[in-house]
Amino acid sequence: MALERSDVEKIAHLARLGLTEAEVPQTTDTLNNILGLIDAMQAVDTTGIEPLAHPLEATQRLRADVVTETNQREAYQAIAPAVESGLYLVPKVIE
Amino acid sequence: MSMHELTLRQIASGLANKDFSATELTQSLLARIQTVDPQLNSFITVTEELALSQAKSADERRAAGENGALLGAPIAHKDLFCTQNVLTSCASKILSGFKAPYNATVVEKLASAGTVTLGKLNMDEFAMGSANESSHYGAVKNPWDLTRVPGGSSGGSAAAVAARLIPAATGTDTGGSIRQPAALTNLTGLKPTYGRVSRWGMIAYASSLDQGGPLARNAEDCALLLQAMAGFDPKDSTSVDQPLDDYLAALDKPLAGLRIGLPKEYFGAGLDARIGEKVLAVVEELKKLGATVKEISLPNMQHAIPAYYVIAPAEASSNLSRFDGVRFGYRCENPVNLEDLYKRSRGEGFGAEVKRRIMVGTYALSAGYYDAYYIKAQQIRRLIKNDFVAAFNEVDLIIGPTTPNLAWKLGEKNADPVSAYLEDIYTITANLAGIPGLSMPAGFVDGLPVGVQLLAPYFQEGRLLNVAHQYQQVTDWHTQAPTGF
Repeated sequence: MALERSDVEKIAHLARLGLTEAEVPQTTDTLNNILGLIDAMQAVDTTGIEPLAHPLEATQRLRADVVTETNQREAYQAIAPAVESGLYLVPKVIE
Repeated sequence: MSMHELTLRQIASGLANKDFSATELTQSLLARIQTVDPQLNSFITVTEELALSQAKSADERRAAGENGALLGAPIAHKDLFCTQNVLTSCASKILSGFKAPYNATVVEKLASAGTVTLGKLNMDEFAMGSANESSHYGAVKNPWDLTRVPGGSSGGSAAAVAARLIPAATGTDTGGSIRQPAALTNLTGLKPTYGRVSRWGMIAYASSLDQGGPLARNAEDCALLLQAMAGFDPKDSTSVDQPLDDYLAALDKPLAGLRIGLPKEYFGAGLDARIGEKVLAVVEELKKLGATVKEISLPNMQHAIPAYYVIAPAEASSNLSRFDGVRFGYRCENPVNLEDLYKRSRGEGFGAEVKRRIMVGTYALSAGYYDAYYIKAQQIRRLIKNDFVAAFNEVDLIIGPTTPNLAWKLGEKNADPVSAYLEDIYTITANLAGIPGLSMPAGFVDGLPVGVQLLAPYFQEGRLLNVAHQYQQVTDWHTQAPTGF
């Protein structure tokens, strides 16, 4: 099943990626080529095979519930595009 | 011998014998980078001030009696390792101006071992590519032929080491991004076992596949670097808490009795026959050193690329959601609302290949497709791991080509990304299974380097370095330098 232009626009929206008008047709073709490559998987018999998420099948380690990190707010905000009074600035979201 | 021709091991002796100081060596290499790198474009940032201050401190530590193997050794980092107060770009416009607020664990560990950081190296944007052509800072050229690609994604690391700008570099490998550029530039490059080297501060592409490792001119130098890079890190939740081997001590072990497997699937259609011959010549050499060889099978190898191009993009689509134009990096001009801010910052900030992979991943993870794509790919991932587990019941080491083809011409595969994806056929399986892999020089075809790949069971980096080192004692492919460098 090939992706249509509208599918690509929907995926781009889900990924919050702005595509220009000029990018859409080429992106559609390339994504269809990649999905064609991926679809070769469907021929593999994987009945009863447990999915493998981590190569060593490790589970998440736990640590003692103690403070290990100190506040780095100033260092982190120093590299932000727009901050004011310790807050990250974005366009107005509530009218 | 000029200073730029020295290996890490030779540099350590030179510094210990006071033939030169770390400061002299650093100044000499910085000057060489200024003169030579414009041909290659391997550096994104040269950290002259940092390098000179680290060199000075290394000289002082040596004067005070310290004598570490890497104390005063010049290196550079792939530009996805966070370096405090130094641009860390991932070769992406979206991280333009991003000076990391902290150091990656790998950077920290190498700095405490006394290495001198000469700069940050070019790469494919977010490590997505096999040619180092997707960088926002422009393509990197292969020093063996400036009209060809150096491989990727650690292409800047490979080109800089191959051209003798630096003796060694860090890289990362998600589907072959250390081993493939090492093969195409006549270097030795090692991807460790998943979890062996900390991923903390290493900007993520596909978290269940990414691993940092060294690129150098020989196995001994890789062993020196790995010894300092690897080890348990509580800051990385997937770091493995297991003691490190002594990689230098492992180098000298004789190969008598080593059982080598040749997977028949690695020698099928798609492989340049001249590369296949070089692999068999390496096998003959290893037999002379006492190894035995048998044919083995990795029947699910052909499914690795499709599975990888689901798993890696899926993880990337999630990892790269953090680049939103709000907290760091690039922000579009005059956003009209929050959605516009996200969409235009990301649309303008990411390059074409990164956008493609984010979209493939977003699609594969979307409602209704998750089982058909992501779960299916993870099931295939287990089949691939099972193939290796079965093979390593019969043999100690697997050997094959690193790449199906020689370095290709710049621009040759740009029109069809899928054709470049296929170049990773022999390297991707190690990432899916999580096992370590090494590429080493094995000769030349048409004046271009050929790499041979060695694969070993989990945590047997020492065995890989051992076999490569023993091979490098009886051959001199790895000492060949590109003409003009």
